[in-house]
Amino acid sequence: MRTVIFRTIAPYLSALMVLYSIFVLLRGHNEPGGGFIGGLIAASALAIFGIACGVASVRRAMKIHPMSLAGFGLFIGTLSAIPALFQKQAFMTSQWLEFRFFDVDVALSTPLVFDIGVYFVVVGAIGSIALALEERESD
Amino acid sequence: MTQAVIDTTILAVLAPFLAAVLAPFATRLLKHNAAWPLALIPAWIFLHFTGFIGPVSDGETFVASRSWAPSYGINFSFYVDGLSMVFALLISGIGTFIILYAGGYLKGHPQQGRFFSFLFLFMGAMLGLVLGNNLITLFVFWELTSITSFLLIGFGHLRAASRRAAIQALVVTGGGGLALLAGFILIISTTGQIEMSVLLQSPDILRDNPLFVPIFLLILGGAFTKSAQFPFHFWLPNAMEAPTPVSAFLHSATMVKAGVYLLMRVHPLFGGTELWTTVLPIFGGATLLVGTILAVRQTDLKLMLAYTTVASLGLLVMLIGTSYERALEGAVAYLIAHSLFKGALFMVAGTIDHEAGTRDVTKLGGLRGAMPITFAAACLAALSMSGLPPFFGFIAKEVLYYGTWGAPNAAMALTVTAVVGNSLMLVIAAAVALKPFLGPKVETPKHAHEGPILLYAGPVVLSVGGLVMALTTTASGDLFVGPMLSSLAGERTTVDLPLIPAYINAPLILSIITVALGIALYTQIDRLRAAIAGVLTAIGWGPDKGFDQFVAAIVSGSTAFTRVVQNGKMQTYMILTFLATAVAVLAPGYLADAWPAMPRWPDYAFYEWGIFLIAVLGLIAVLIAKTRLTAIVSLGIQGFAVAVIFMLFGAPDLAFTQLMVETLSVVILALVMTRLNLMPRDHRSTGAAITTGAISFAVGLGLTLTLIAITQQPFDRTLSDFFTEYSRSIAHGRNIVNVILVDFRGIDTLGEIAVVTLAGLCVLALIRVRAPSLKRKEPEPVSKPEVKQMEAA
Amino acid sequence: METGLAIVIGLFFAVSVYLMLSKQLVRMLLGIAILGNAVNMSIFLNGRLTREVPPVIPADLYVPAEVTANPLPQALVLTAIVISFSFFAFLLVLAFRAYQEVGTDDVNEMRVAEPENDPLPPQGY
Repeated sequence: MRTVIFRTIAPYLSALMVLYSIFVLLRGHNEPGGGFIGGLIAASALAIFGIACGVASVRRAMKIHPMSLAGFGLFIGTLSAIPALFQKQAFMTSQWLEFRFFDVDVALSTPLVFDIGVYFVVVGAIGSIALALEERESD
Repeated sequence: MTQAVIDTTILAVLAPFLAAVLAPFATRLLKHNAAWPLALIPAWIFLHFTGFIGPVSDGETFVASRSWAPSYGINFSFYVDGLSMVFALLISGIGTFIILYAGGYLKGHPQQGRFFSFLFLFMGAMLGLVLGNNLITLFVFWELTSITSFLLIGFGHLRAASRRAAIQALVVTGGGGLALLAGFILIISTTGQIEMSVLLQSPDILRDNPLFVPIFLLILGGAFTKSAQFPFHFWLPNAMEAPTPVSAFLHSATMVKAGVYLLMRVHPLFGGTELWTTVLPIFGGATLLVGTILAVRQTDLKLMLAYTTVASLGLLVMLIGTSYERALEGAVAYLIAHSLFKGALFMVAGTIDHEAGTRDVTKLGGLRGAMPITFAAACLAALSMSGLPPFFGFIAKEVLYYGTWGAPNAAMALTVTAVVGNSLMLVIAAAVALKPFLGPKVETPKHAHEGPILLYAGPVVLSVGGLVMALTTTASGDLFVGPMLSSLAGERTTVDLPLIPAYINAPLILSIITVALGIALYTQIDRLRAAIAGVLTAIGWGPDKGFDQFVAAIVSGSTAFTRVVQNGKMQTYMILTFLATAVAVLAPGYLADAWPAMPRWPDYAFYEWGIFLIAVLGLIAVLIAKTRLTAIVSLGIQGFAVAVIFMLFGAPDLAFTQLMVETLSVVILALVMTRLNLMPRDHRSTGAAITTGAISFAVGLGLTLTLIAITQQPFDRTLSDFFTEYSRSIAHGRNIVNVILVDFRGIDTLGEIAVVTLAGLCVLALIRVRAPSLKRKEPEPVSKPEVKQMEAA
Repeated sequence: METGLAIVIGLFFAVSVYLMLSKQLVRMLLGIAILGNAVNMSIFLNGRLTREVPPVIPADLYVPAEVTANPLPQALVLTAIVISFSFFAFLLVLAFRAYQEVGTDDVNEMRVAEPENDPLPPQGY
């Protein structure tokens, strides 16, 4: 699998996939997409990078363990449920903050935060499964 | 009486449970002397119930109630009438002395506090049982007595015999308790009444019930097991493994009388029916004879007493079974007398054991000089047991002979049984009370001397009680026997108990015969014992052995069953699981003839047919794959086909997700499969392939039919419409699926991502952990000396 | 319209059950993977089929103009896909590790938890 061409292209391919995954994540609320799909795309990017260049270089590139990404995702997912409590609403009721920023309509919301949490959980958990299995392959 | 006093009854029932909590602390503080303050609690309960004697003997009854589970009609409801009052007095009165006795008997025992605790728990359970008015409350306390007696009998749990006796008692009495519960539930469901006091007001409520026979038999099952009636008698003598205070309390006055209590309690409801007057005397009489004969065979003091207790219980059941008023009167009087003398005699036996070091009657003799107080108490109690004047036992026996002689049915049989039984009991009474004390002094394992006051207080008070009750016979009759008999008869009854027979009548003659026969038999006791032993050896089987065989059969039966059902072969489990699945999905259609209607030929476009075909081809390829690469690729094909199906039917999100998941699946499968081998052929024999194939086909067919049947039903879109309608207007999202995921059903998704995280963690842990080898290892056997040590302790 | 897919799903179930009834660990895993797909599709099917109209509201409307595919089962299945994948990965690793430790991939020979010739339970008290 580790052909020269694949190994040369893989980093760029992975970077592109991660970028695309973020795009899919952010448009998810209005068009097909969302945290689950985005997360899976990003996890595949990690897997491809790992197959091409070895797991060690993926871990180097990522700096942190993918499982901590999952933990972070679960954390902010839970965090997004809290603001509703301050409004004396039921746990996890969505909160919206809409404003104009340089002529662009921006809508920040707790569901968005939650979806980002989902994204991180999927990247982290599935990515670390894939990497862990690849690592066994290489050793 | 004020309502406050009546309500204190509830506190009186709860007080022993409180004492059970306090007992270990008190014992740690005061050692065995804790018995003195602890005995104040049953003494207070006794005093509380003496307050009821006056009003109850005037024919009043009381109910104290607190709600427990009102929606089911279950209340902590307690009923005080003659019957329950006398029982409560016996339990708390004898209980007071048992606590004192236990203080002396287990002096210095490391678990004395625990023992007090168990005794109090039992006392509370027993009080709750006899006072219980609500049938469910009564049942709960009934089973509590079984459980606490299990704890008490198994107190010396390091001995195997003790454990066996405890389990046996629990199985027999607890099993009977379940029968009782079934009986109670039948009563509640057929009459709609749950309170005993209400049922008793309409005595005919059950007699016309179509379920009368099952109710009767179930309640009898509870009463007979608890009161050790033949053939359930065997647990009682075995329970002598318990420390003597337990035997004196449980197996004389309380626990074993619970069955008799129940029969007396329901007598107004069942009494006098043909079934009642047939079944009870037969079993009671048989128990009386079996009990006395087996008692003569014993040489252990406690076992002799235990078998006579069985006999006495049989006598009581027999008398209750006649439903003849004088016989009932005899039963009531005998019950009170028996509680007093049997409690005293058990304590005497325990004291002898404690002080002399043995309770084998053949190794005892001449203790009168060393233990004069105990000897005196033993004589008084034994005279009452023998039915000699001027003791309460004598009065009881006179009345019961009157009852059997005048009984409406089978008077002769009853009388002969009673005479034989009583004369044998006289033999035992003499053997227990005279043999250890009289005759030449025999060397005993311990140097015998009089025990401390804690040990002789109980026997003295109880045996003297038998004398006092006889001397004040009019008062005893009015205050105790009369009110109790009224409860049995279901109407107010007065009694006349003569201490001195006014003229020579049949009962007196019968008494004289009994005494003469008893003395004659006592002189021949050794020969009698040998003869009975010979007969029993010849028979060689008894219910006790039967119990062991029963338990062994259960163990080996369940082992055999487990070996078949859980044979450790994964395939068996899988086949059973899917066979059950197939039956579950196909049976409703077959049984209710609820097959789906014949569907129309589906109008799919060619590309839809095409993708279905690709999916099926992928499946077949997985099925017949010979190499792992083929298998993985084929698995990918069916997965991608599923993604396309999602896409075609308006689910782009699903399609994307499925696509990504399938890609990743193929990748990780490829990574793992390089290590795991795929056999080129599925190594199923043709027969196995056909069987498993048939099961798979049945599951698939059943689920297809189920799906078709479901989709033929009209569809309720309410929920989907709600989400569609509000997705944009209140959740500001146009992708409805995503809005459901992150907003409407956000908490679900939160749970799901937690699961995904956990799965990831588990995979990492599994890969990293290096467990010690799981190859088969023999379990290390417990070393022999250790076992012996446990037995010896 | 649902009938055809129902038959396909039935085939999925049948094949997965047949594979799971094998005693070879690898085949059982393949069966489990297919079972996941079969279950997901049944949930999807029970929400009824609608062709080619995804449950997405056009940018200029507040409710979809026409009847869309049922969004609810889609949401359920979407998470189910991801979870069944994590579950499948877990099982895969579990099987692999079991194979490493026990040294066989024949499920009938994996007798660590329920050893053969297990001694009888004690008959005493």
